[in-house]
Amino acid sequence: MAKMNILQAVNNALHIAMEDNEKVMVFGEDVGHFGGVFRATSNLQEKFGRDRVFNTPLVEQGIIGFANGLASQGSVPVAEIQFGDYIFPAFDQIVNETAKFRYRSGGQFSVGSLTIRTPYGGGIAGGHYHSQSPEAFFAHCPGIKIVIPRNPYQAKGLLLASIRDDNPVLFMEPKRLYRASVGEVPEEDYQLPLGKAEVVKEGSDITLLAWGAQMEIIEKAAEMAEKDGVSSEIIDLRSIQPWDADTICQSVEKTGRLLINHEAPLTGGFAAEVAATVQERCFLNLESPIARVCGLDTPYPLAHEKEYMPDHLKTYEAIMRTMHF
Amino acid sequence: MKNSSPETQESAVTFENMNGAYKLSVLKSMLRIRMVEEEIAKRYPQGKMRCPTHLSVGQECVPAVIGTLLSESDLAVSTHRAHAHYLAKGGDLKAMLAEIYGKQSGCCKGRGGSMHLIDEKVGFKGSTAIVGNTIPIGVGLALSQKLRGKNDITVVFLGDGAIEEGVFYEAANFAVVKKLPVLFVCENNLYSVYSPLKVRQPQGRKICDIASTIGLHSQEGDGNIVAETHRVLTTAIDVCRQGQSATFVELHTYRWREHCGPHYDNDIGYRSEAEFLAWKERDPIELYKTQLYKAKILDAEKLQVMIRQLETEIQDAFQFAETSPYPPSEQAYSPVFAQGVNINIAEVANG
Ligand SMILES: Cc1ncc(C[n+]2csc(CCOP(=O)(O)OP(=O)(O)O)c2C)c(N)n1
Ligand SMILES: [Mg+2]
Repeated sequence: MAKMNILQAVNNALHIAMEDNEKVMVFGEDVGHFGGVFRATSNLQEKFGRDRVFNTPLVEQGIIGFANGLASQGSVPVAEIQFGDYIFPAFDQIVNETAKFRYRSGGQFSVGSLTIRTPYGGGIAGGHYHSQSPEAFFAHCPGIKIVIPRNPYQAKGLLLASIRDDNPVLFMEPKRLYRASVGEVPEEDYQLPLGKAEVVKEGSDITLLAWGAQMEIIEKAAEMAEKDGVSSEIIDLRSIQPWDADTICQSVEKTGRLLINHEAPLTGGFAAEVAATVQERCFLNLESPIARVCGLDTPYPLAHEKEYMPDHLKTYEAIMRTMHF
Repeated sequence: MKNSSPETQESAVTFENMNGAYKLSVLKSMLRIRMVEEEIAKRYPQGKMRCPTHLSVGQECVPAVIGTLLSESDLAVSTHRAHAHYLAKGGDLKAMLAEIYGKQSGCCKGRGGSMHLIDEKVGFKGSTAIVGNTIPIGVGLALSQKLRGKNDITVVFLGDGAIEEGVFYEAANFAVVKKLPVLFVCENNLYSVYSPLKVRQPQGRKICDIASTIGLHSQEGDGNIVAETHRVLTTAIDVCRQGQSATFVELHTYRWREHCGPHYDNDIGYRSEAEFLAWKERDPIELYKTQLYKAKILDAEKLQVMIRQLETEIQDAFQFAETSPYPPSEQAYSPVFAQGVNINIAEVANG
């Protein structure tokens, strides 16, 4: 075990994946010698050379397009999009090519070896284009998995699993926690399952569901509610696509209540999908309407960031409202 | 300097025969940009300006010169490194600083911050943190100008990195086909964040040559020398205004401070202290001051007066920004849609 933050855990996973499989390549803007704007790819170029780790030009559509071509020929690209907000110039390649190659080639080949890493999320005064959480756009696109870790241990195990998974994976890293979240991480190679939610804490009154940086928010709100005698079951969804409806529904059958948090705007966010499925499967178990605490339906603001962000206070209030419905 | 379109000639207005007052106004504009950026750098660590901020220290010449050549009705779009462009286009210093502080009195009511300056009043139609996104928008602006039959032009500021985004080629192609009054001003400062040009573009190939191959009237020049920058830009603007061709200029310059933030970062290894010092020797402001001293247009006293005026203006503007209120919480949803659109209102925390 070693103490690592999320960046170190990601870096460690990349070292292991590259050592383990010489087909793994890492590229993106500024990822080379300098290790990227967050240093997530530090020392990879020194260790594995410029053929396997290199800076690309400033061209997101190209980065994913090049990665699609490489992946379809058997390479294992781990492509970095410097911020989740810059993924939109590559949206077409991801949605129309990455996610569809297996299907549209009639299963002849896929780009399943591709992993796209990108930092996402707000709370850092980044303004419109350094703060967004675009997971729901991609959840609407069958053929690509979406994975979001909440801490260093999860980041390493889920990233290694993503790189080795036979489907393209969009791996979204909570950048607000990059250095803030520190924990014990095994130094050896390990993987955590994709498509599987994790019950972080058991409880009996309400199920709190979130992913990534919102996990610490719901944990904090649960502690507050605990003082009012509310027992929360806390679940990290971890995979947005495919998502683990069974674990969530089992929990809701027990607690009868569900609250879902995400940073992306409320309307059309992934909480809506979860809520629709849960009400379908657990209708008779529900004691109260499914609640959502999400970003506002506005562009990501600089000045109104506090109003925009789902925080522990809004979450606590929603828990209490749900309890007293 | 390279001039790819045979039918155009050098502008009749040369820098050399501009009068002293004009030449001093260029100096003042450069100093204003430098002093504003340096004051931001000085105050940034206080933590009151919280948004990511990209400074133009070392790159003052190009915006300052172009600012003197545009009219109020011309339009401009810019990048993440937008302060100098905004000020040069006639932007309001107070509104810019207030925007960076996230205040209601900011040019975008604090919604955006440093990289997202927009100000309709001065024809500044937007800067953006998504590299390349304003390039085709600038071409659309130029098309609208052409359709209106006015003599106005649109300036698209961009960096050497933005050239690598595919959208540049799409936009440039269309601008050439339609002969739009658009001027692409590429400030080539050799870097995109931590990546030098040589790992991103083939060595020996020039950006201005790509532009000319696409069909843009294209020139290059030393973006740290006022007279040369002036010559290149006046030619380009003439060609543009006369509706002869869409135009491109590549001006060579260098950013002094880190890519994003207030510090210097020559120690971290992606570029060398020696390279920085060589460029600092070619400080556009010092070079220009020397020239003006020699021509007896400037003397120590005039310079002192200028600096004192600017200091007062800048301190006042910071005072304004720091004391302005934040936007009230109940305005968090405005203005996402036009008035009268019903939206799903979630809970807004009390700021
Ligand atoms: C679409 C997109 N990709 C990547 C980035 C990250 N980024 C911000 S500025 C920049 C470099 C831009 O270089 P250049 O165009 O030369 O402008 P300079 O910073 O040198 O002024 C990069 C890669 C971004 N903001 N948007
Ligand atoms: Mg540059």
